[in-house]
Amino acid sequence: MSGAALSLENDPGPVVASTPIGTVPVAITINGEQHRLSLEPWVTLLDLLRERLHLTGSKKGCDHGQCGACTVLIDGRRMNSCLKLAVTLDGSEITTIEGLGQPGNLHPLQAAFIEHDAFQCGYCTPGQICSAEGLIREGHARTRDEVREQMSGNLCRCGAYTNIADAILEILETEERA
Amino acid sequence: MIRFDYARPTDLAEAVREGSGEQVAYLAGGTNLVDLMKENVARPTRVVDITRLPLADIQETEAGGLRLGALATNTETAYDERVRARYPLLSSAILAGATAQLRNAATNGGNINQRTRCYYFYDVGTPCNKRAPGQGCGALGEVNRIHAILGTSPQCIATHPSDMAVALAALKAEVRVTGAEGDRVIPFSDYHRLPSDEPWRDNTLRPGELVTGIDLPPEEFSTNYSYLKLRDRLSYAFALVSVAVAMRLEENRIAEVRIALGGVAHKPWRREEAEDILLGVSPDREAFGRAAEVLLDGAKGQGANDFKIPMARKAIVRALEQAAAGTPQSQTDKRIA
Repeated sequence: MSGAALSLENDPGPVVASTPIGTVPVAITINGEQHRLSLEPWVTLLDLLRERLHLTGSKKGCDHGQCGACTVLIDGRRMNSCLKLAVTLDGSEITTIEGLGQPGNLHPLQAAFIEHDAFQCGYCTPGQICSAEGLIREGHARTRDEVREQMSGNLCRCGAYTNIADAILEILETEERA
Repeated sequence: MIRFDYARPTDLAEAVREGSGEQVAYLAGGTNLVDLMKENVARPTRVVDITRLPLADIQETEAGGLRLGALATNTETAYDERVRARYPLLSSAILAGATAQLRNAATNGGNINQRTRCYYFYDVGTPCNKRAPGQGCGALGEVNRIHAILGTSPQCIATHPSDMAVALAALKAEVRVTGAEGDRVIPFSDYHRLPSDEPWRDNTLRPGELVTGIDLPPEEFSTNYSYLKLRDRLSYAFALVSVAVAMRLEENRIAEVRIALGGVAHKPWRREEAEDILLGVSPDREAFGRAAEVLLDGAKGQGANDFKIPMARKAIVRALEQAAAGTPQSQTDKRIA
């Protein structure tokens, strides 16, 4: 999306509008901590997390909702944080990969991903794990086919899909036994 | 990302007031609009966040059907027990589309209002009459594998991308809208439109109007139905061709049938003549083939999408067979039985 390639008709025009555009007060709870922020309306949740709050676990892969690397839990449901304007989330609770587990206190899915060698480069992994946590909470997947279908929003360019499904299935089975 | 002003109304009247004027966009789940704003394709100067409006319920209607709130998410709708039991065709079509993350964010109103995924519409470096009227169509004579074969115009060969809308067309849903001039109810077949000489208009909403809900009529088609979607990947890809069939059998004769196609036109494609010739006949492959011919009469390939015509013909026959047998297409096991 290079500005230089735009034709005149499609030039987005000046960044600053003729009348000043204000910021919007927003209260968002992120990983249990409440943040009171003043945000421009065009800031996405992903950019808020990474650029302003320095929670860089959520990754910017495509920035168009196609790869799933930015997946977080919003009020318990997995979504693409790159497609959410942060100002629309006033009052919401967000959980990112940092809120799921930390070194020394791993989330069971994080431990299972290590156990099953479910990544190579690791770039998609935070999104894969947040998405898998959402999948488990939703409760619609039991079989391998169902896990694969319900995880289709998370791409892995290294192709670790088989091991990712193994890791998720192990946790699903553990939870079912519990 | 473009810059814009922002409002977050909490009641409908306020939202409609905020939504009047030029270059205003209503924002719900954001899965399409936010992307289009990043691409400089949608360039509102004011965004009206409607997510706080009380439109998220799924309720019974007095007529005996269901009203799907415009702000109920695609996930909430697809897994609603009443939708699953009574309108499994709709549930199946929703789950055939997008991903769990997108369905969790996307709303019913937003789903039917999503824009085409024509590559030329998205790429502001190429001409597009839908994005910039009068520029010309970049898809004509160029790469057009995903484009329309029915109802095209010399100005636009884009398709409507929704799976949900194809099922809603077969179920004869109605779209409830509100605006400065009051409420309206639009039959689903009249909601989306063909491109004709105004390809920038996807639907018949008037400026500033807002979808408040989608009504499903009492006819449920919970036994004989199928949503068959053919695409380049097994999951998370738009339809090349899709077929929604809702059928009712009486003593092994077709008493009622609706067929809607996705991926082939600027709107879900139905032709009542194709449905009428099946009434009272025994559900067999030969009759289904005749219906397919009527549905696809006048279909024209654009070069790279010529394959869609024979693909659609076979998909129509197969979806009708699945519906008649009571063995709808699974959206998990993608093998086509």
